[in-house]
Amino acid sequence: MRLKFTGLALAAFFSVSAQAQTEIQWWHSMTSVNGEWVNDLAKNFNASQSKYKIVPTFKGVYDESMTAAIAAFRAGNAPHILQVFEVGTATMMASHKAIVPVGQMMKDAGQKFDPASYIPAVAGYYTAANGQMLSFPFNSSTTVFYYNKDAFKAAGINPDTPPTTWIEVAQAAAKLKASGHNCPLTIAWQSWTQLESFSAWHNVEFATKNNGFAGLDARMKVNTPLHVRHIENLANMAKQGLFVYKGRTNVPEPTFVSGECAMITTSSGFYGNVKKNAKFAFGLSTLPYYPDVPGAPQNTIIGGASLWVMAGKKPDEYKGVAEFFSYISSPEVQSASHKRTGYLPVTTAAFALTEKSGFYKENPGTDVAPNQMIRKTTDKSRGIRLGNYVQIRTIEDEELEQVWGGKKTAQEALDAIVKRGNEMLERFEKANRKG
Amino acid sequence: MEKRVVFRSRWLPWVLIAPQVFIIVAFFFWPAAQALLQSVQQSDAFGTSVEWVGLENFINLWNDETYLASFYTTAIFSVSVAVAGISLSLMLAVFADRVVKGALIYKTLLIWPYAVAPAVAGVLWLFMFAPSVGVVSYGLRAMGVDWNHLLNGTHAMTLVVMAAVWKQISYNFLFFLAGLQSIPKSLIEAAAIDGARPWRRFWTIVFPLLSPTTFFLLVINIVYAFFDTFAIIDAATQGGPGKDTAILVYKVYYDGFKAMDLGGSAAQSVVLMVIVVVLTVVQFRFVEKKVNY
Repeated sequence: MRLKFTGLALAAFFSVSAQAQTEIQWWHSMTSVNGEWVNDLAKNFNASQSKYKIVPTFKGVYDESMTAAIAAFRAGNAPHILQVFEVGTATMMASHKAIVPVGQMMKDAGQKFDPASYIPAVAGYYTAANGQMLSFPFNSSTTVFYYNKDAFKAAGINPDTPPTTWIEVAQAAAKLKASGHNCPLTIAWQSWTQLESFSAWHNVEFATKNNGFAGLDARMKVNTPLHVRHIENLANMAKQGLFVYKGRTNVPEPTFVSGECAMITTSSGFYGNVKKNAKFAFGLSTLPYYPDVPGAPQNTIIGGASLWVMAGKKPDEYKGVAEFFSYISSPEVQSASHKRTGYLPVTTAAFALTEKSGFYKENPGTDVAPNQMIRKTTDKSRGIRLGNYVQIRTIEDEELEQVWGGKKTAQEALDAIVKRGNEMLERFEKANRKG
Repeated sequence: MEKRVVFRSRWLPWVLIAPQVFIIVAFFFWPAAQALLQSVQQSDAFGTSVEWVGLENFINLWNDETYLASFYTTAIFSVSVAVAGISLSLMLAVFADRVVKGALIYKTLLIWPYAVAPAVAGVLWLFMFAPSVGVVSYGLRAMGVDWNHLLNGTHAMTLVVMAAVWKQISYNFLFFLAGLQSIPKSLIEAAAIDGARPWRRFWTIVFPLLSPTTFFLLVINIVYAFFDTFAIIDAATQGGPGKDTAILVYKVYYDGFKAMDLGGSAAQSVVLMVIVVVLTVVQFRFVEKKVNY
């Protein structure tokens, strides 16, 4: 291991001195179309100036690239820029010896940087309690609702008025089932769509202390009557065959593309895939909600990733990173990225620019996600910032599966999530209290 | 008869075993010592702050109900994998031993799965049994079995056991075949002349003579089920539904490499290490007595 890293370091050293250009390593987790997008961003930036050279490297999926960066950091060879998924945010924030806050770095490098120009629900997710922006919002998505227009027509439902409440979803599912559909509704990213975004969308807390934003001593709060009511509702739908569980994370997505399932709640980043591969007319709509809950709908919660700047590099290299960040946050580049990938435009200027270009009119449904996000957030809807969150998401998956399988009631499973989740939070608090 | 070789030189024997010792120390004892060390520490993900916590990681494990439940899951999984793997491959080896024409092709085909990476094996079986698109699950549904390993724990366990057994069958098969071929033909012929039927010949002659091989494979298969199967679980079920297929080693892998909890993961490795040492000692102490060399 050591030897290999020394070798890499030597290689990096020689290539730098040979070109007299400052190289900046960027580790990311983008594949296929999105991987090409990352490479193009680097290529265009490199062509726009001659002092710095951004070198993007694919380091595996999100958790793999994070593990790789941690190993590299321990060996003293971390990249300059690391793309980290939203679930890893609290871990990165707690490792303040390993990272440099983006706001600080931009200021030191003399680059103009205005956190207020970002969409609040996006910027808020990556901002520390003292108002300092810690990482750079890069690819953000949110939770939306997709439906199969052809299946709706066949079931006698007007395809132009998608269900917006959970009551309407259940009614539509019943009609789809009656018309012979075996999978009216499925759910991807169940913890993100049905617990995290569900809480923010109804303006209720997911965890105490503003979902963890106000301190490490936050505790889970997903066993309120509203949460129980929703999970019970889904469990009943599962029993009647109206909701069919198709697996964790994004595993259920292909069942929508293939036409097997007629409705799905998942990431807005799924749009490109559906548009390219679905052989039917489809529509996008906002995440369903319960209309009798005061304050609903509020806003949904972001997923995706942000860029973190690692500590221990030379000032000149940070200048290059800052210049690159300025480049990719310009409204033109942002807007082009948004249209290309389906990720959110992370600045309000980029959203306005995209709107002006008529993109949303030509591609109906693409504005659902930005519109769900461009709202003033509340303390309960800003985002989730909980430590050990990778494990807590798995706990949520495990317990929800017990509900769909009929082994636990909604109340029992949600109580278990709170209990087991709190153990994780307590341990994270203990490990990160000092230092 | 004394088999020992006596060296005249004092240092030569040490030099001769030095490479072996080096490999064992570097690749076995060093990592094991690291695991022991990390199991009494807690650190943040990047290792910027390390805290000595004594036995706290172990106490956390002890207080975690799901961890204790995973012992039961692991026992079911390991016993199923070892028993099914050994009996199936023994059957295949006995058949292969009697094949005259095309024996080479038959044997080669049986050995192939060993070259498949565990994660690939997991995905392969996952595809065949996928509730909506799998070939086998389609057939099962036609027979009236509603296969759904996403929500049915028994189905999920069956799936990972099948994948793990399939992966290990080739290895077992090779050893059994070699064992069968070393059994003197004269013994079997003599029994046949005495009027013993194939079934009886197998149980009274072949099986006892194979017992050293079987015993060796029992140890190997248990160790395999305990340690080498996390990739299969990760690819096929990720420990679900609920925690129904979360065996001990999967949690070690998950906590260490996905969740970055190195202290907790190291503590689990130490527990696992102790279990396997105990199991191996028990096997050598009690099962080996029944083995005829």
